Amino acid sequence: MTTISAMSTATKESIDLMAHLMRRAGFGADRDELERRAAKGYEATVEELLNPDGARADRELFLRYHPGFRRPVTSPGMGGSAWLYDMMHTELPLEEKMVLFWHQIFATGQSKVDHWHELIAQVDMFRENGMGNYRDMLVALAQNPAMIYWLDNCDNHETGVNENWGRELLELFSMGVGNYSEEDVYECSRAFTGWTIATVPPRNYYSRFDWSFEYQDEDHDQGEKTFLGETGNFNGEDIIDIICRQPATAEFIARHLYNFFVADEPQVPAWSVTPPKDPEAIELLAKTFTESNYDIRSVLRVLFLSDFFKEARYTKIKSPAEVVVGTLRLVGQDKLPPPGIGDMSKQAGYMGQELLNPPSVEGWHTGVEWINSGSLMKRINFVADMLGDTSKPGVKRIVERLQAQGNLGPEELVDQCLELVGPVKAGAATLQQLVEHASQNGELTWDTEKDAAASTAKVGELLQLIASVKEFQYC
Amino acid sequence: MATNKKDPVLVVLQLSGGNDYMNTVVPYTDGLYHDNRKAVAFAEDQVLPIDGGLGLNPAMGLLKDMYDEGNMAIIHGIGYPDSPRSHFRSMDIWHTCEPETLGTEGWLGLATRDIDPNKENIVTTVSFGPSLFRALVLPGVPVACVDDLESYGLLTGITGEKQREQILDRFSRMYAPEMGNDVVTEYLGQTGLEAMKGADILKVAPENYSSSIEYADTTIARKLKGISQIHQAGLGTRIFYCDHGSFDSHAKQPDMHATLWTDVSQALDDFYADLREHDAADNVIVLMFSEFGRRVRDNGSGTDHGAAGAAFVIGDAVKGGQYGEFPSIKPGDLQQGDLVPNMDFRGLYTTVIEDWLGLDAKPIVKGEFQAPRFL
Repeated sequence: MTTISAMSTATKESIDLMAHLMRRAGFGADRDELERRAAKGYEATVEELLNPDGARADRELFLRYHPGFRRPVTSPGMGGSAWLYDMMHTELPLEEKMVLFWHQIFATGQSKVDHWHELIAQVDMFRENGMGNYRDMLVALAQNPAMIYWLDNCDNHETGVNENWGRELLELFSMGVGNYSEEDVYECSRAFTGWTIATVPPRNYYSRFDWSFEYQDEDHDQGEKTFLGETGNFNGEDIIDIICRQPATAEFIARHLYNFFVADEPQVPAWSVTPPKDPEAIELLAKTFTESNYDIRSVLRVLFLSDFFKEARYTKIKSPAEVVVGTLRLVGQDKLPPPGIGDMSKQAGYMGQELLNPPSVEGWHTGVEWINSGSLMKRINFVADMLGDTSKPGVKRIVERLQAQGNLGPEELVDQCLELVGPVKAGAATLQQLVEHASQNGELTWDTEKDAAASTAKVGELLQLIASVKEFQYC
Repeated sequence: MATNKKDPVLVVLQLSGGNDYMNTVVPYTDGLYHDNRKAVAFAEDQVLPIDGGLGLNPAMGLLKDMYDEGNMAIIHGIGYPDSPRSHFRSMDIWHTCEPETLGTEGWLGLATRDIDPNKENIVTTVSFGPSLFRALVLPGVPVACVDDLESYGLLTGITGEKQREQILDRFSRMYAPEMGNDVVTEYLGQTGLEAMKGADILKVAPENYSSSIEYADTTIARKLKGISQIHQAGLGTRIFYCDHGSFDSHAKQPDMHATLWTDVSQALDDFYADLREHDAADNVIVLMFSEFGRRVRDNGSGTDHGAAGAAFVIGDAVKGGQYGEFPSIKPGDLQQGDLVPNMDFRGLYTTVIEDWLGLDAKPIVKGEFQAPRFL
């Protein structure tokens, strides 16, 4: 183990870049993992993230300890725990990050679906398709029972067209507002008549029927439709094919990926009138999308290997999910699902991002709009409580690393702590306060058990203060 | 900080998701209403009749009482030209008063600046809910954002009063404005300081509150109770904002819409009972709006996105009654199957800004609009 202060500049840069990649393409990584990955190299790590062979979180283990989730009843927040457990324990961080990406776009919510099991099934579908082909993803989405119910396609009939799914497919899931007419919305909706859900017997104990996709040909509008200038007896998959061919779709998905992984763009409704921050980057990603026949993995590879990605360090505001999962992974959790996981699954909601229950079909306003006085307070309090708990395995490892370096002066101590929880890049005013605080608390010594306990407590307090710095909110 | 207790106070309750105007203020005497709404129409004996051949939704009994007492104004046909029928975009337009370009300044952010130009009170405006509504956003203008008043406080996990004080002192120095900060860092700094100061101010509200009114156990009632607590604490808050929803009733509308209006009506009734009990009602008005109304013809189960809607203003100071005209339902008068707005929402805002908050409306709503004078 090299001490951080003794690291060469080249090593420091490779750790810093790796930390950036892992924050964006995953939920951060602790120092051990960063050192391991940096030794393998950046490109090799990108490839491993794209084509992972590690293990997902063990759903069966989770269910064994929380059998109530097996067919969850509708107690608030509980269904979210299953997904939180996936995010906390997966060895495939990019795969899971893509689940979050799609959930933020195809935002579906318990408030209406009222069926946790189907929401978790949708999240599982994102995991299967998230880095694959976008066309396949849209088809799977159009056939996803939670989505069908969420956007009322089960009420979209030949005799009474319901536009909810048809409109949002175009506006929010593929092309963006301004690229189609009201007539296209109607024709698109007609093409999806008959795409509905059926219940799967038996009824679950204390719960509901599961749902499955069902195509009812007799309820499908067999007439001719004209959609985006093309005419034919279209069914849903034909519509998705036409959508995928539109340049607007390639740009829309490219911009979403850029906004999620590279830098905060304006809010989505502004996209039709505000050009991208980096039009060349969007063009490159959109071109890759089209040329690879809508392969998301290919677009991600180009994105993570680009200079515009590598240079975009500490420029995004962490989403609440990133704050919560990143912190939980850093402080380390027992593999066994803890009893308090239900409460933990609600934390992102307290910060303004209630997973599996977005405020509306548009999902969340992101970037700087995550931050207001109430949500910032919740973020700081949660992270401070976690990092200040020196009994947590990840915090223990931080203390051990500090201890291994002997007696540290205040500047060194602050510098090391910032490295070990991030690295977090602190500004001058922040640094000054942290160092003053560390000096005021006196030198850390580890000679006796009593000294070690006192020093551990001091580290805990310093970590709480670090949890509250504004620089911690950047990703 | 001591402010005149009787400064006018505005509470905005946003009905998110697109409230169905025609099943809220029901034109039940019009045959076309029944023709168009085979699945969701109310029969004549279901609605709560008001004048003009209209009736309120059966779930709005408590609001009907307020209307009968002359304390509720109904503003008809509200909207703006060329409704985009997108939740996102429509809400943005309502929040920023910018139907053509993309606005970033919220109308109540601007009003907050005009009420408190020197930023003397960081709780002049309080937002209830996990996110900050764009209507309240204006760079540099503080808005306190509260989700749960009981647990509001910074670094509450630090034990030991002296230790916490020290840490908060460090915090305030780290968050102080600094030369050369970028916009986002500056915003984070400002928000952090506001969070710290706001928590100190707001924590007294639940401590000093007692009431014999038991609010209903609903999310909207909890929000209005929090608003009542802060209002009664006399902290000088002039604008409150909260929302309820989702009103996006594409399917199974009758049950869903009834529950929503039952909860909203009950919560508002509790709210006003609580304020009256504490002699704190006469300087409060509540404005309710939704981003759009819904389509005239139903889809067999619910209604799709439409255009014109209704707004409501409640309070002792309100001259109750109906303002404007219910738009024509005749097929030839519809646009893409929707009611055509005949009252610009910026006129409604103008009345609230001028006649209630006592501010100049033109720079906030960006123009002059015909204003229904219900105050």
